[in-house]
Amino acid sequence: MEWYLPVIWAALIGTAVALYVILDGFDLGIGILFPFAEADRERDQMIGSIAPFWDGNETWLVLGGGGLWVVFPRAYAVIMPALYLPVIVMLLGLIFRGVAFEFRTVAATSKKYWTFAFAGGSTLTAFCQGLILGGLIQGIKVENGVFAGGAFDFATPFAFVCGLGVVTGYALLGACWLTMKTEGAVAARARAHAKLLLIGVLVFTGIVSLWTPLAFPRIAERWFSRPNIFYLWPVPAITALTAYLAWRWLEAGREVRPFIAAIVLFMLGYVGLAISTAPYLVPPSVTLWDAAAAPASQVFMLLGTLPLLPIILIYTGLVYYLFRGKVREGEGYH
Amino acid sequence: MDLDPALLARLQFAFTISFHIIFPSFTIGLAAYIATLLAIWLRTGVERYQLLARFWTKIFAVSFGMGVVSGIVLSYQFGTNWSRFAVVTGNVIGPAIGYEVLTAFFLEASFLGVLLFGWNRVPPWLSALSAAIVAFGTAMSAFWILSANGWMQTPAGYELRDGIAYPLDWLAIIFNPSFPYRFFHMLTASYLTTAFVVLAVGARYLVAGRYLDDGRTMVRMAVGMIVVLAPLQLFIGDQHGLNTLNHQPLKIAAMEGHWDGSEPGDFHIFAWPDEKTETNRFAISIPRGSSLILTHDPDGLFPGLKSVPPDLRPPVVPVFFAFRGMVGIGMLMILTGLIGAFLWWRGKLFATRWYLRLVQYGWWLGFVAVLCGWIVTETGRQPWVAYRILRTVDAISPVPGASVLATLILFVIVYGIIFTMGIYYINRLIVRGPQGSAIATPEIGTPSRPLGAAQAAASEAIEKGS
Repeated sequence: MEWYLPVIWAALIGTAVALYVILDGFDLGIGILFPFAEADRERDQMIGSIAPFWDGNETWLVLGGGGLWVVFPRAYAVIMPALYLPVIVMLLGLIFRGVAFEFRTVAATSKKYWTFAFAGGSTLTAFCQGLILGGLIQGIKVENGVFAGGAFDFATPFAFVCGLGVVTGYALLGACWLTMKTEGAVAARARAHAKLLLIGVLVFTGIVSLWTPLAFPRIAERWFSRPNIFYLWPVPAITALTAYLAWRWLEAGREVRPFIAAIVLFMLGYVGLAISTAPYLVPPSVTLWDAAAAPASQVFMLLGTLPLLPIILIYTGLVYYLFRGKVREGEGYH
Repeated sequence: MDLDPALLARLQFAFTISFHIIFPSFTIGLAAYIATLLAIWLRTGVERYQLLARFWTKIFAVSFGMGVVSGIVLSYQFGTNWSRFAVVTGNVIGPAIGYEVLTAFFLEASFLGVLLFGWNRVPPWLSALSAAIVAFGTAMSAFWILSANGWMQTPAGYELRDGIAYPLDWLAIIFNPSFPYRFFHMLTASYLTTAFVVLAVGARYLVAGRYLDDGRTMVRMAVGMIVVLAPLQLFIGDQHGLNTLNHQPLKIAAMEGHWDGSEPGDFHIFAWPDEKTETNRFAISIPRGSSLILTHDPDGLFPGLKSVPPDLRPPVVPVFFAFRGMVGIGMLMILTGLIGAFLWWRGKLFATRWYLRLVQYGWWLGFVAVLCGWIVTETGRQPWVAYRILRTVDAISPVPGASVLATLILFVIVYGIIFTMGIYYINRLIVRGPQGSAIATPEIGTPSRPLGAAQAAASEAIEKGS
């Protein structure tokens, strides 16, 4: 029981983070693509396609962060101080992005500033999330269960590349979302962007996939030792296949499939990173069992999460169903 | 420059949490108000209630957005700035935060989307239900967060092993001794805060002679709410105080400026508590007033600040004055409610210009009272972050002071911009008035936004004309 609980929880929190990355990923992606829209009406259409959903999407981030504290307090207490600056700058980015939704619609002459805040906040958030990801993968210095490094330990070329990779990836999700949810000039431009971004994502995936095993022996060991390599080779193979299909579907003018392919690409990257770092929550020293809360706390939280999570997923699905269909140009806000 | 990381972390948290609490204090009550308006609309079919609900929903959306983004910051700050606190208390109060996300945040966020964007997509009952769910979600959020805060003030149902709290009894943890008082005190405070904003806006319209019907409805509903809740809040607060005397007597001693526990306590209407000389200067006092309030006996004794060494006392001055601020505003609220109810009874509520003129400036009363109340309870808990379990100075993260200072400055700048613009935009929505949403041209089949459609039509007309 004590062994299984943290595994169950790692799966649950991993799911929450995955949902966050996909759901807020396309929201943030739309912010990243904001500067490339031609007119304010187009931007209204873009933002209108996510307005009913973004708040719920962002809540998965609270669940990810809160859940980490509840279930893995010792990991939370190391990761947050270690990645202090990117975490707080990410939060500031989220603030600008979040208030811009409402402020843009209420503002008159100052609307352009909130357009900028939306784009800048979204891009900054995505970049910081990449820094956080890179900072985690490359490892955190821990002594006696406490973070023992410096404020800028995270700031490496590798983390910087991860930051750019996440920005590109979210932009791809956003472009595919727009392909699906909008029509007219916005959808056409999104489709063109999606192709470029798909190439970009493949480039960054390639760089990170090569960099991590070269720079971190534990990751090379995980992927290339026997028998692991026999089980793991499908991950890059399926990634390549998915990217190929995504390209074909974009070329063929499909509306929904490119978005699904983008999600699958993200999930494959996510699985790849999980394979690289498991069972560490804080590489290279703190495992999920080291970091776990008291079993009683994990059970108490699990008893509520198991019924509540499906309910949340059902009504989240309901909201998406209510606001199904395309958003047309000129459709503003409530 | 020598930077004290503990002091900076406290300053940063005090700043971000004070900023945050402003918005929930308003939106908890406002969500309930909107749900009430929509329920009346469903029952009576009077269109004005829907218009009012939509008007307040816009203001709600702006405020709620600021509350959400500033709240996310807090859920990460427990780790970034207070990682030792996160480890020591995580087993016990972590689940409260987890349940807050699962039972409140998702409900609020999802159904707010339906409420904001669903007017032309969903049947009226679903709009009203969504408003009710949002209101329920905000109250649930208060439930869990006050449970966690209550546990930090009056810990129960746990044991300490190697300095870390482990749960023994979840019911005792969630319903810790001070939690029920905190919950009802805060919930009532939120409803009062909202009532004073609604009262001020309604009065503003009546004074200006605009939207008279809407203004009258707002003023009537607000006065009705205030005359009941303001006196009730005094009672709840008094009960809360007695509970605090039981569990955190030093907080009470600081609130009352009571130094010597061997004598009955006077109630100081004004004084300057001097922590060096351990006396009150310039005191204007009601002799034995505190003893009477707290022990219901003029000769009753209660512990004084001098019963513990200075390093175990909370800072006296902020607690002392914040308490007076809160109680003073509470009295003003009761008075506002009573005068309003009297005028209403005499049939002169809307004709009494001086009353309307005064209350239109009273929108801030609830916010300041809430801030004062939180300063009393949080500062009064010091030097502990979890009462008698973990000291605040021992709870911080291993983060350099410079990082904390730099991010504190960023928070002040960013929140300054957001707050100023938020208030400005809310004021603009109020100026625009409830009729602003009346220019609806319903659309079917797409996420219809009447205002946006109208704006688009207008801009199209302008483009054609040019």
